[in-house]
Amino acid sequence: MRALHADMHIHTCLSPCAEREMSPLTVTRQAREKGLDLIAICDHNSAENVQAVVRAAEKVGLAVIGGMEITSREEVHVLGLFQEDRLLSAVQDVIYDNLPGENDPGIFGEQLVMDGQDRVIRRNRKLLIGATDLSLDEVVRIIHEFNGLAIASHVDRPSFSVLSQLGFIPEDLKLDGVEVCSERLPALPGNTPVIRSSDAHRPGEIGTRQTCFLVENGTAAEIGMALRRTGGRRIITGQ
Amino acid sequence: MDLSEITKRLKLEVKAGNGSLSNEVQGGYASDLISDVIANAEEGDLWVTLQTHQNTVAVASMKGLAGIVLVNGREPEADTLQKAREENIPLLVSALPAFELIGRLYNLGLSGIRK
Repeated sequence: MRALHADMHIHTCLSPCAEREMSPLTVTRQAREKGLDLIAICDHNSAENVQAVVRAAEKVGLAVIGGMEITSREEVHVLGLFQEDRLLSAVQDVIYDNLPGENDPGIFGEQLVMDGQDRVIRRNRKLLIGATDLSLDEVVRIIHEFNGLAIASHVDRPSFSVLSQLGFIPEDLKLDGVEVCSERLPALPGNTPVIRSSDAHRPGEIGTRQTCFLVENGTAAEIGMALRRTGGRRIITGQ
Repeated sequence: MDLSEITKRLKLEVKAGNGSLSNEVQGGYASDLISDVIANAEEGDLWVTLQTHQNTVAVASMKGLAGIVLVNGREPEADTLQKAREENIPLLVSALPAFELIGRLYNLGLSGIRK
């Protein structure tokens, strides 16, 4: 077992609100420079840059978990972290089927899909900044259906968080954890696993908040065990 | 003015809480962020929202709100409806968009500011 320094919430240039500089090579290089062992790529409602980041990460010895930051109908952001490409791609299909609208790059920003060498392959045309028409319950259910981990994003922020939109975390919502951005912990149900991550939209933000996990390796299955505190896996610190 | 009077005048559809329509409505509050309603709505307010999540019912109950009106003909989710029935919280639906509905509530004498 080893201690992995992780930043579980990083956007790429696929997210319209992220900087163009958030390319696979830059993200992975910057992550390594910040001493990270593991990152999760979570673009808004899409996972189309995950493969490119995985490729880029191979060269620098960085573990990557593929994910997505899904927007529910209530405009709550939820991170879905997945074990396998196949499942991630299946979830993406479901999200796309429930995500109306088309992006206007002039207003919201470009949505660049890249390869592992930072070459632009295409532009995603969906309105990734928008909300799906899936309720928060449905989003969490879909993530679990595809064997993923559901983590409520930045719960202590005044917008797009479960606490801002819904006031409190519904008792029957089966979250695997919550992400917190500030030092102060908001009121949460007892035993809710808490991680800290950067929600980086610019290279300089990568690794500015991290979580240290005690795990065998940097896979979603291991992180899931750490969140549940099983098999000796656990969260060491979130800073 | 009580809620049954408002329901009649503005042709609101009663989805739940029939037993509480005699609630006296003392004012109005409009917001779709539940955290904002927790912070700022007052007891006896009628809450106008497009938010259909079940947490609305818990908050209406906690704050002692007179009722919840969903705008634009929005349908409450099944668990929201069930909770509202259990807690006897008036859950109403208006076919009107929020701006129009709130204007008409104001014309009936409801205010967002307590005197």
